[in-house]
Amino acid sequence: MTTMTDALNTYRGGPDEHGHFGLFGGRYVAETLMPLILDLERAYNEAKADPEFQAELDSLNAHYSGRPSPLYFAERLTEHLGGAKIYFKRDELNHTGSHKINNCLGQIQLARRMGKTRIIAETGAGQHGVAVATVAARFGLPCEIYMGATDIERQKPNVFRMKLLGAKVNPVTSGSGTLKDAMNDALRDWVANVHDTFYIIGTVAGPHPYPAMVRDFQSVIGKETRAQMMEREGRLPDTLVACIGGGSNAMGLFHPFLDDRAVSIYGVEAGGYGIDVPNGHAASMTGGEPGVLHGNRTYLLQNDDGQILEGHSISAGLDYPGVGPEHSWLKDTGRVTYVAVTDKEALEAFQLCTRLEGIIPALEPSHALAYVRKLAPELPSDNLLVMNMCGRGDKDIFAVAEHLSMEM
Amino acid sequence: MTRIDQTFARLKAEGRGGLVTFITAGDPDYETSLSMLKGLPAAGADIVELGMPFSDPMADGPAIQASSLRALKAGQNMKKTLSMVREFRKENQATPIVLMGYYNPIYVYGVDRFVTDASEAGADGLIIVDMPPEEDEELRPAAAGKGLNFIRLATPTTDARRLPAVLANTSGFVYYVSIAGITGTAAPDISSVGAHVARIKAHTDLPIAIGFGVKTPEQVRELAALAEGVVVGSALVASIAETLDENGQATAETKPKLLGLVEYLSEALHQLAEPRRSRAAAA
Ligand SMILES: Cc1ncc(COP(=O)(O)O)c(C=O)c1O
Repeated sequence: MTTMTDALNTYRGGPDEHGHFGLFGGRYVAETLMPLILDLERAYNEAKADPEFQAELDSLNAHYSGRPSPLYFAERLTEHLGGAKIYFKRDELNHTGSHKINNCLGQIQLARRMGKTRIIAETGAGQHGVAVATVAARFGLPCEIYMGATDIERQKPNVFRMKLLGAKVNPVTSGSGTLKDAMNDALRDWVANVHDTFYIIGTVAGPHPYPAMVRDFQSVIGKETRAQMMEREGRLPDTLVACIGGGSNAMGLFHPFLDDRAVSIYGVEAGGYGIDVPNGHAASMTGGEPGVLHGNRTYLLQNDDGQILEGHSISAGLDYPGVGPEHSWLKDTGRVTYVAVTDKEALEAFQLCTRLEGIIPALEPSHALAYVRKLAPELPSDNLLVMNMCGRGDKDIFAVAEHLSMEM
Repeated sequence: MTRIDQTFARLKAEGRGGLVTFITAGDPDYETSLSMLKGLPAAGADIVELGMPFSDPMADGPAIQASSLRALKAGQNMKKTLSMVREFRKENQATPIVLMGYYNPIYVYGVDRFVTDASEAGADGLIIVDMPPEEDEELRPAAAGKGLNFIRLATPTTDARRLPAVLANTSGFVYYVSIAGITGTAAPDISSVGAHVARIKAHTDLPIAIGFGVKTPEQVRELAALAEGVVVGSALVASIAETLDENGQATAETKPKLLGLVEYLSEALHQLAEPRRSRAAAA
């Protein structure tokens, strides 16, 4: 097993056998869940080593989801910003409209392999919930999705999609009724239904082995990007940019490049009303402190008594007070630079992309795009920049209309 | 011998199981909570579990979630929780206090500072719900160093492979979680609890307290026949909730209702204060 001392030579060796990325990660769960998490880890390690498992996943990715997703040269945006050559990795073109399906196809295959007959999940923006409901329908498994009552209100189209797909959507009213509370309730469901239930966590968070497993399933993004960029430009990209909610789309793009030291990597958090506004943002690394929540140690939005704050972002998918533990470790090692952009900047980028490229981005990657707007003009024109266009904005048009005071 | 050890020795001599009561520190407010805490031993609590409120109590059902949020809303924090322990200890030297909660507030307070302050305040043990044996190295030895018992949870899913690891380094007592689920929801199934508890007893001489889902005197009586203690939590904090006014404030009913319920439940244990065959056999 890899230990963290290897990190001196590689940034891709984690986690250690206990699921730790340096200080971060781990398995901080109730004893009731512990045997299950150990089971899951064994099952995942076996599956990973089984060529048939990977072949089946590759086939689903290709024929069901539509992979590989294109690497698209955003010509007009590049011209407009006047700097780096900007590419979009177009995971918004996947079936269901975001990168979330990459992980769900992997986990549902594992659930079936383990003989589990019931699927549960948490969702924020509803993109993960839709992806889970989709794979549950595809494989004929009953499925319940926990979603904060606040999020149900701001992501109605996705709620309807989940219901159409046959999922039961359970509104969560505890706490602030957003993603963290949905995750609490999903964990509570799991504890009470351990015998038959598989919990499909939607991001690189939660107890070990989830952060590593979700990362592995999402790494298809970065692996494809490597190959596509080699084909297009004959070399690796210079700069990677992705938005960070829990961090799964970002980790999927970043991980295959972590040991290519010449590649500059930026993770963009949700700065909400501004990093200086108390409890007014969802930037756990830029504006939080290490703590323990949802099974792992990571940077968290919290007060000085260790109580978790609710945070705020215009984007339901980024509105989470934590972040995957591997990102926390990459932040502390300095390998990845984490920054934040505000709601307002994201909304501007959303409009810019729509007008210039004819692509309506989700509000989540609009955050990545907002940072590209600042970064690209400072880079030379031979700098190859890849931004992860991890979701499409159909789900967000109602919310955006409201923010821009536009009539629908 | 810690206060917890002494308590179980006394219960054994009396030939009865102990009542372990859970309330959340600061629910519904500091003063009322402290006053109720002080009243618990006379009402029949043999051991007091004091919840350290947390914003995200993942292993708890609606009753304890609400109680935790009430306390936080009323301004409870770790300092105040420890000060409640200190105030209680000024008047009571006999009844053990076990602090129960989640790791993050302790981590943020600082592990060394926490075990020092908790021990000086007069706490006797810790139950940290989200710290399985795999992760407790960063707290358990520090707690032991200050004479605090570290009480681990065994659950219906703790299989034979894990049980020895769970029991190793547990001290004070073993908390058997009687259902696979969250607090205050399903009622425990007595026969399956009996089988699990017997399995644990084969591996340890420590006393066992059974909790999660216990509400009635009948359950208390039945479970006490299987182990050394019975934990009641959700039922107690729910009784607090019932007495609050429309603004969530304590009323004249709050304390008497809680303590009345504790008395009522504890009578179930005193009624059967005669040596029982199952206990004698186990011991
Ligand atoms: C399109 C999209 N991007 C990003 C996210 C944030 O998640 P993560 O950081 O795990 O990629 C979400 C979450 O719902 C999403 O729907």
